[in-house]
Amino acid sequence: MASISKDDVVYLARLSNLSLTDDEVESLQGDLANILDYVGQLSSLNTEGVEPTYQVNDLENVDRLDEVIDYGVTREELLATAPEQKDNQIKVPKVI
Amino acid sequence: MASIQNIVDAVSSGSSSATEQVQEALKRANDKKDFNAILSLTNERAIKRAEEIDAKIKSGEKPGRLAGVPFIAKDNFLTFGSPTTAASKILGNFETPIQATAVEKLEAEGAICIGKANLDAFAHGGSTENSAYGPTKNAFDTERVAGGSSGGSAVAVALDIVPFTLGSDTGGSIRQPASFNGVVGVKPTYGTVSRFGVVAMASSTDVIGPITKNVVDAELIMDILAGKDPYDATTLPDFFKPQTDVGNLKIGVVEEFMNEGVDSEVLEKTNQYIEKLKESGHTVETVSLPLAPMCLAMYYIIVPAEVSSNLARYDGVRYGARAQANDLSELYGKSRDQGFEDENKRRILIGSYVLSSGYYDAYYNQAAKARTLLIGQFNSLFESYDVLVGPVTPTVAFKLGENTNDPLKMYMTDIMTTPANLAGVPALSVPAGETAEGLPVGVQLIGQRKSDAQLLALAKSMEENHG
Repeated sequence: MASISKDDVVYLARLSNLSLTDDEVESLQGDLANILDYVGQLSSLNTEGVEPTYQVNDLENVDRLDEVIDYGVTREELLATAPEQKDNQIKVPKVI
Repeated sequence: MASIQNIVDAVSSGSSSATEQVQEALKRANDKKDFNAILSLTNERAIKRAEEIDAKIKSGEKPGRLAGVPFIAKDNFLTFGSPTTAASKILGNFETPIQATAVEKLEAEGAICIGKANLDAFAHGGSTENSAYGPTKNAFDTERVAGGSSGGSAVAVALDIVPFTLGSDTGGSIRQPASFNGVVGVKPTYGTVSRFGVVAMASSTDVIGPITKNVVDAELIMDILAGKDPYDATTLPDFFKPQTDVGNLKIGVVEEFMNEGVDSEVLEKTNQYIEKLKESGHTVETVSLPLAPMCLAMYYIIVPAEVSSNLARYDGVRYGARAQANDLSELYGKSRDQGFEDENKRRILIGSYVLSSGYYDAYYNQAAKARTLLIGQFNSLFESYDVLVGPVTPTVAFKLGENTNDPLKMYMTDIMTTPANLAGVPALSVPAGETAEGLPVGVQLIGQRKSDAQLLALAKSMEENHG
C-alpha cells in the first residue's frame, strides 16, 4: 500500500500550486493512496535495459523557418483574455 | 437523421438551405435540453454563416464538401461565437481570439459550428459527471451516464441534434461514450489530426476525431480533418486516403479483452460481430496482448504526469477566472483550487507525485519503459494481423452516481481503450447492437499506425453488409 500522509498531500499541493482546503486534503489522501497503490503494480514488470517511450510518432526535431507567423490575432485581443490588464500588460498583485 | 452527403446534396441543389439546416439543428438542441449534452449555442454566428453559405450557392460559387452541415464541437475546442470552457469553472467565461485548426478546416468546407458539447472538466473522466456544469444524460436511458469525456458530443449525435460532432480521445474519451450511445467514434493514429486550438490534456496521447451516426460520415469527416498542420508540430505528413475496397483481412481477437470481467451481454455482442467478420470472408484468430492488463497502470501514471504540466498554465494570470488574493502565490493557489474540479486536482497531484524526485524512476520512467514494451507487443501482432478486435468497455453505460465516490473504479472503464492511446495506433468504436435492456454495445477495431483508412473501410463494409 502506498503510504501517503496528510503532509505528503500538502507538499504535493504546494508543488502543484493548489491551495487545498483541509477537507480536500483529507479526502484526497485516501484517493491518492488508492490510485498509487494500483499503479504501483507496474513495479513488478521487468524493464531492465528497455528504453523509455515519451512520444510515439517517430518525428524528430520538427523545425520551421525563424519567421514571424501571422495567426490573425492582435495583441489587444490576446490581452483581453486576461482577467486584469493595465497599460497593454497583464496586471498581477505585487510580487516583492 | 440524413447522412452528411444527403444534407450537402440537399443544400447544394436548393431543395434545402444552410439556414434551414442550422435553424432546425438549433431547434432540436433546444428541444433536447434536458440531456445537458450542450453547454452553449452559437445562434447568431451560426445563422450568419449559414446565410453566407446560402448566398454563395445562389451566386454559383462552390460551397464546399460540407455545405450547410451543422456540427457541435466538444467544449475543449477553441471556437468563435460562444465561450470555450472545457466544462471547467476556471475557463467559465473564456472567449477565444483564435479557432482550432479542426474547426477552421470544417468551416472552410461549409460546415457550421452551432455550439459546444459537455465533457468532464478538462476531459478528465469517463462519464461526463466531472463537468462543472452538471452531467450529460445517456441518450438511451436518462438515469445512466453519457460516458466520457466526450459525453455531450456522443449524445448530441445519438439524439440526432447534428449529424456529427468533434471529440477528443486521450484514453478512450471518443470511443467509450460512442459505445454507450450507439454511435460511431474515431480515435485516429496519433498525429493524424491537428490539435492546434484544443485544450491540451496529455500531449503524448491526446488525439481528436469525429463522432458520427455511421461509418460513411466518419470517413468523410476524417478525410477533411486529417493532414499536416504547421501550427501543430506533432502532426504527421499527410497519409489519410479513403479506401474503397477492404479485401480479406487477418483479424485478431484480443483474448485479454474477452475475459470474465467483461459483462456477458457485451461479450455476446462482440462475438456476434466477430462471426459477421468471418461471414464476410475475413480470417479471425485469437491473439494475445500480454501487457493489456497493465495498460491502465501505465496510463494513470503517464497521463497525470502530462496533465500536471499541461494544467500549470491555468494560474489565474493570463486567462480564465482569477481568485481574490493578496499576493501572487495566493492568487495562483486559490484560482486553481476554485477553478478546478476534484478529478482535475487528483490528476494534478498524482502527476506531481510520479514526477517528483525520488519517485520519478519508480513510477514515471517505469511506465515509459513499459510503454516501449507495449508498443513492441502491438508491433509484433501487426506483423501477422491487419486489425485487432474486442469490446470497447467492460460494461454498458452505468447508472449516474454509481462510480462517483470511487475514482479508481471509474478509471476501470478505460481498461480496453487506453492501450491504443499509449501505442498511438488508430481505433474505432462501432455499434454492435443492444442488450436485452435496450442499451447500446460498441465493438472496438484497432489497427496499426496510419491504417486509419483501412479500419474505416472495414467498418464501412460491415455497416453496408450487416448494418
